[in-house]
Amino acid sequence: MTPHMLTRSLDRGATIFLLVVAALGVLIPLSNLLLPAGSFLQVPTYLVALWGKYACYAILALAIDLIWGYCGILSLGHGAFFALGGYAMGMYLMRQIGTRGVYGNPILPDFMVFLNWQKLPWYWYGFDMFWFAALMVLVVPGLLAFCFGWLAFRSRVTGVYLSIITQAMTYALLLAFFRNDFGFGGNNGLTDFKDILGFNVQAEGTRAALFALSCLALIVGFLICRAIVSSKLGKVLIAVRDAESRTRFLGYRVESYKLFVFTVSACMAGVAGALYVPQVGIINPSEFAPGNSIEAVIWVAVGGRGTLVGAALGAVVVNYAKTFFTSGVLAPYWLFMLGALFILVTLLLPKGIVGTFNAWWDQSNEKRTSATMASAAAEDGVTEPKLAE
Amino acid sequence: MNVMDTRATSAMLYLDGVHVSFDGFHAINNLSLTLEPGEMRAIIGPNGAGKTTMMDIITGKTKPDEGTVLFDGVTDLTRLDETRIAELGIGRKFQKPTVFESQTVQDNLLLALNVDHSVRGTLFWRGSRAESERIDKVLETIRLTEARNRLAGSLSHGQKQWLEIGMLLAQDPKLLLVDEPVAGMTDVETHLTAELLKEINKTHTVMVVEHDMTFVRELGVKVTCLHEGTVLAEGTIDQVSSNERVIEVYLGR
Repeated sequence: MTPHMLTRSLDRGATIFLLVVAALGVLIPLSNLLLPAGSFLQVPTYLVALWGKYACYAILALAIDLIWGYCGILSLGHGAFFALGGYAMGMYLMRQIGTRGVYGNPILPDFMVFLNWQKLPWYWYGFDMFWFAALMVLVVPGLLAFCFGWLAFRSRVTGVYLSIITQAMTYALLLAFFRNDFGFGGNNGLTDFKDILGFNVQAEGTRAALFALSCLALIVGFLICRAIVSSKLGKVLIAVRDAESRTRFLGYRVESYKLFVFTVSACMAGVAGALYVPQVGIINPSEFAPGNSIEAVIWVAVGGRGTLVGAALGAVVVNYAKTFFTSGVLAPYWLFMLGALFILVTLLLPKGIVGTFNAWWDQSNEKRTSATMASAAAEDGVTEPKLAE
Repeated sequence: MNVMDTRATSAMLYLDGVHVSFDGFHAINNLSLTLEPGEMRAIIGPNGAGKTTMMDIITGKTKPDEGTVLFDGVTDLTRLDETRIAELGIGRKFQKPTVFESQTVQDNLLLALNVDHSVRGTLFWRGSRAESERIDKVLETIRLTEARNRLAGSLSHGQKQWLEIGMLLAQDPKLLLVDEPVAGMTDVETHLTAELLKEINKTHTVMVVEHDMTFVRELGVKVTCLHEGTVLAEGTIDQVSSNERVIEVYLGR
């Protein structure tokens, strides 16, 4: 990223957002680690993990907003890229268990011993090294998105048809990962993680560090998205969203633009998943469930698509509400509430929270400017006769 | 050896024996048409005469079933897609004004400029003085300098039509296809548009599809009348409008 891209991409809203995330990323871990447990300002460890989860969801929401809000690609299967990133991290964490597993096999994870497998499948090679796993977190979702996008965008699959095949993609992966012989722990997925880079995943310090890292990833992801949407490429993306064939007649290769932004978005979703897994301690096929992907789209709609800040905010707000309502007597009704929320936002706040706020802000700004102009004109009216004298 | 006759090679646009049918409906029927470099041609014809389909064929949106479509005497347009054809230098203004409504007038022109259109080029794009000067010039030509920072969606219908013509200018193609530029315009706007197109024609080859006969008369160029996907008459506006078959087609038999 060159400096001019950075300065161009930071408007007031973006700066406030970055400051808030950075402050949370520093203050929450410090309060958790340094203040005595039970004191008023101390953030308990379970909350650190919970907010770390929200930060990961916020990254996923940014990824969806980048393609949906700016390029009009409604992916209802982005949970698949999130889950693939999560599995890549989970495989690293599984290999770190080593002899501490139930069966004590130094190479094979427990579920493979249980299935009577004699040797490690080839696709598990390399995942004992962190750098390799970290690379795969980007490469696997990115490669899938590239291949999927290359076929779909080149054949000009758009709109609801694209949404449907993304759903089919994540559902197909769900079914595949459920199978024991697919080699990723089947139904149970990957869990019982012990440590990451030598640090105990359960330890308070590790959790605080993972939270801070998630905030950092959110900041970096946000900056990448801002740099993209505030470049000329961002204008092309909006042009594609609003009038795809017009853009083509101007000589833009629309499919290349879609492919680029779809792949970037999938990589971001993969990173979100990779940070999510050590914080929740498990990854299983249910992460591929089509419902998850749809829920993520709702976060973006609630927060305001095409705003980035709104997407991240929507992810936090909706998930906070989910945590709040699913832990009380209202738990059985959460899905109804989510559905109602989506309908209400679509009907009453089509621009989402941040979009509506921005529109209101611009309008009141305009009024203020026209008011000052009117008063200036009035003053001119007073001074004019004097000049005539 | 070049087997094409000299007329074909010297022409900016050369259509010969083009056929297109949609589900058995012959939209274009043995259409042959030649446009010389620097020429401006008006295309008239009743609804369903195949005017828009012809533009779709030239810009690569529709593939003809048979026939030859040559650009600049050498390039076979039937084998290329929209992006490639736009890159070669054919610009198109749509019948319904199509501008990017949620972006400013200035950005609409910036997007249309014929500079690097690759993903890399636009991602790392930084504006240059030459680019902004070109945009300023186009804004002046289409009389939208005052509105440069307004959203294109907030423009009047006539202004949108001009903005789209401005986008064509920014694209600076060799051949401009202009589909119904004065639809929905006031008389004054129509007159100004005719002036604008004449100005553009000094440096570009232009093909205008239009229903408005006063406008076509004002352009004062060679007219081709299409009917049922084929050329019915060709000549000056007076020759064409006095042609018996043309009158028959327009007034009903």
